[in-house]
Amino acid sequence: MKVIYTDSLVIGGGLAGLRIAIASRQRGYDTIVLSLMPAKRSHSAAAQGGMQASLGASIKGEGDNEEVHFEDTVKGSDWGCDQDVARMFVNTAPKAIRQLTAWGVPWSRVRKGDRQVVINGKKVTITEKGEAHGLITSRDFGGTKKWRTCFTSDGTGHTMLYAMDNKAIELGIPVHERKEAIALIHEDGVCYGAVVRDLVTGELTAYVAKATTIATGGYGRLYAVTTNAVISEGIGTAIALETGVATLGNMEAVQFHPTAIVPVGILTTEGCRGDGGLLLDKEGYRFMPDYEPDKKELASRDVVSRRMTEHMRKGKGVSSRYGDHLWLDITLLGKEHINKNLREVKEICEYFLGIDPVKEYIPVRPTQHYSMGGVRTKATGESPNLKGLFSAGEAACWDMHGFNRLGGNSVAETVVAGMIVGEYVADHCASTTLNINTVLIEKFVRREENKIFKLLNREAGENPFELRKEMQDIMMDKVGIFRNGDDLAQAVEELKKLNQRAKNIALKNRISTSNPELVEAIRVPKMIKLAQCVAYGAMLRTESRGAHAREDFPERNDKDWLKRTLTTWNSEDADLPEVTYEELDIMKMEMPPGSRGYGVDNTVHHPDTEKRVAGIEEIKTAHPDADRFEMQELLNPIEIPEKFRGKNERTGRGFK
Amino acid sequence: MSDQERTLTFHILRYNPQIKGDTPTMKRYEIKEAPGMTIFIALNEIREKHDTSIQFDFICRAGICGSCAMIINGQPDLACRTLTSKFPEGEIKLLPLPGFELIGDLSVNTGKFMRQMSERVESWIHDQNAENVDLCKLEERMDPDTADEIYELERCVECGCCVSACATKRMREGFLSAVGFMRLARYALDPRDKRSDEEFYEIMGDDDGVFGCMTLLGCQDYCPKDLPHQTQIAYLRRRMALVK
Repeated sequence: MKVIYTDSLVIGGGLAGLRIAIASRQRGYDTIVLSLMPAKRSHSAAAQGGMQASLGASIKGEGDNEEVHFEDTVKGSDWGCDQDVARMFVNTAPKAIRQLTAWGVPWSRVRKGDRQVVINGKKVTITEKGEAHGLITSRDFGGTKKWRTCFTSDGTGHTMLYAMDNKAIELGIPVHERKEAIALIHEDGVCYGAVVRDLVTGELTAYVAKATTIATGGYGRLYAVTTNAVISEGIGTAIALETGVATLGNMEAVQFHPTAIVPVGILTTEGCRGDGGLLLDKEGYRFMPDYEPDKKELASRDVVSRRMTEHMRKGKGVSSRYGDHLWLDITLLGKEHINKNLREVKEICEYFLGIDPVKEYIPVRPTQHYSMGGVRTKATGESPNLKGLFSAGEAACWDMHGFNRLGGNSVAETVVAGMIVGEYVADHCASTTLNINTVLIEKFVRREENKIFKLLNREAGENPFELRKEMQDIMMDKVGIFRNGDDLAQAVEELKKLNQRAKNIALKNRISTSNPELVEAIRVPKMIKLAQCVAYGAMLRTESRGAHAREDFPERNDKDWLKRTLTTWNSEDADLPEVTYEELDIMKMEMPPGSRGYGVDNTVHHPDTEKRVAGIEEIKTAHPDADRFEMQELLNPIEIPEKFRGKNERTGRGFK
Repeated sequence: MSDQERTLTFHILRYNPQIKGDTPTMKRYEIKEAPGMTIFIALNEIREKHDTSIQFDFICRAGICGSCAMIINGQPDLACRTLTSKFPEGEIKLLPLPGFELIGDLSVNTGKFMRQMSERVESWIHDQNAENVDLCKLEERMDPDTADEIYELERCVECGCCVSACATKRMREGFLSAVGFMRLARYALDPRDKRSDEEFYEIMGDDDGVFGCMTLLGCQDYCPKDLPHQTQIAYLRRRMALVK
């Protein structure tokens, strides 16, 4: 039995995982990153549009600060987020982006003087201030009051990931490539690392660590059509679920992005609309202002995706052999802008659609895009149930996104959570000694060996590729943008049967070394369990909140549903997850529930909301001289690691 | 996009070094073409319906991660964004990318090569003060044009097409290759990187570096991101020739 010991084991080599590895290494702890592929190929690279941080250097970002970013994020989440975490996030985001600047990201910068932009379909000239020249600039994105999304042309994720991986290489952090964690090692509520399969040799190795971090991204591939990379299968989240101890949070919160190309589902960035692109129907009519007079194309993603679907249901979609779609028109932005700031979009259109977006409309429709749910963690990033298990980024339900994430807040979360959770991981390494019986390690390795042995020796049984396809179709048809009780109940039943069938997979290619069919056979049963968590959680949640839209329960119901769904998988024989709930306490909210200012406001209010609103008024009246920092301290005191606590400077206003 | 279905014939190099005694062979697969089909879609169909053992690498399937470079009818390119309709004969021959360690079939170990390249060129900002930057304060300003120019050189996705298309690399095992030069050019341009030309010379001022390049420019011809290899190699060479 091969065993590798380390202090900090990080599963996943994307932005969040690498940032945590860097934090552990910089604090002096032995660190290993496991990755399915070279780290620079992670799905983080696909984030084209940008990273939200309230730097407020661009003229259209003027007046931005942590408060405004906080408000946008909480509204975006439809009050489903953890406001402590959202606060930690918005306060730290400017520091994260500045650190990445020092590490080499070539952020696009403010250029002083006049420039032409497209706002609400019209060309407008804006004038950037001389004092902001050379600072990081920002663009408009959905659901934000200010232009807050910082970017590098349209390769933001790429440049962030390259800077981060290069930093990890500078620090000599080993990235063990083509390794897949297939089970966590744990006992008595403590996690000790993972059983890891080498995707080339097939060898199993136990990686034993003081702290184990899951940073494996989202679970978009549970759906047949998704913008996600093919490796976004949620396996890290699933191995946490399979411990039977760690909980997953809000798995039913799944985001659909308004503009993925038809049919393949590749994303065109929100920057297209942020920079002035419009959505048009089959008559070339701009329909969004009819539905959302205020934010129009730039309401939050959940709202725009639903409005598009509504409009297509009225027969206004463009029919194609792949079903209906709508048009994204960026022709009005002009060739120069597209070639510079939307070049990836242009390349995607040319290669996959054979069209030139400078002249032609892009066929788009809402497509699965982001997983708000994931491994439930405390604000420190540690699982509340399994000590020593941490999670960050899309894999986690740290819960700054609640039921809908804002564009530009995902890569921002990866690096901010990476910074903050990274410190807590290092603290954990400092305060823990590794005390593990090798019998325990052996038990877990043998268990996985036996599972693989059975897969390789079963003569006849289910085809893993077919099981996956059936699961993806169920999720697509019955657990999509609009949901209803009947469909969801059917989905739950059908997935239960798939779960049973997944216990009987047999392979055609029965070798234990590099074998893509075996990889599939190991992953598919895990994915089906996650799909069950999503579908079952969605069935039970009889309200609509953010991206979870129930046709039979259209109102947001704060009275009964202002709570987080927690899911566990109690035994290998179970055919449904166990679901419990965690209340969100309005009386502690810095921003009590209200209207988002876009979408339909039909909220059933909680009795505490009024009390808290009055309470906040009292606090404000009692402290008439408190500045915004003191007020936040009164309304929402939070813990941030010491080194990230300082106030953030902005041009033209200093540290105020 | 034609609605008429045609049959595509794939010829694929099959070899699994993990199986003792396995030898490389070309195998033939036939599938029906679908509208908008890419080699990514085709290979997955071959795996799911014809041969579950076939190995290949895709991640983003959108032309941005650089995982899927292979030799497609004799030329290196990203398979995920190559439409099958591009080949009028319907015959598609796929070989793994040369110049890299073979993992199996169409899968090669670009990761190991690229990590070594990054370590060799020290692919990071060299600035002793970088770790002492006060994160609360305004970031260091940068000329907007400089930022854009750096991004132009940072668009490399480490796919390895340039390495596979490089004749010099075939002759010199230790040749740094265009991907390494592009990375060096990117840092040499970046005002945040405080390395001197003398220090860059230590990295690339020999025959395994920029002076070894025979200027056949396969890198320029086959870069899927159309990076300016020719210009940058010439520029680095001139700059290095002036050192000492």
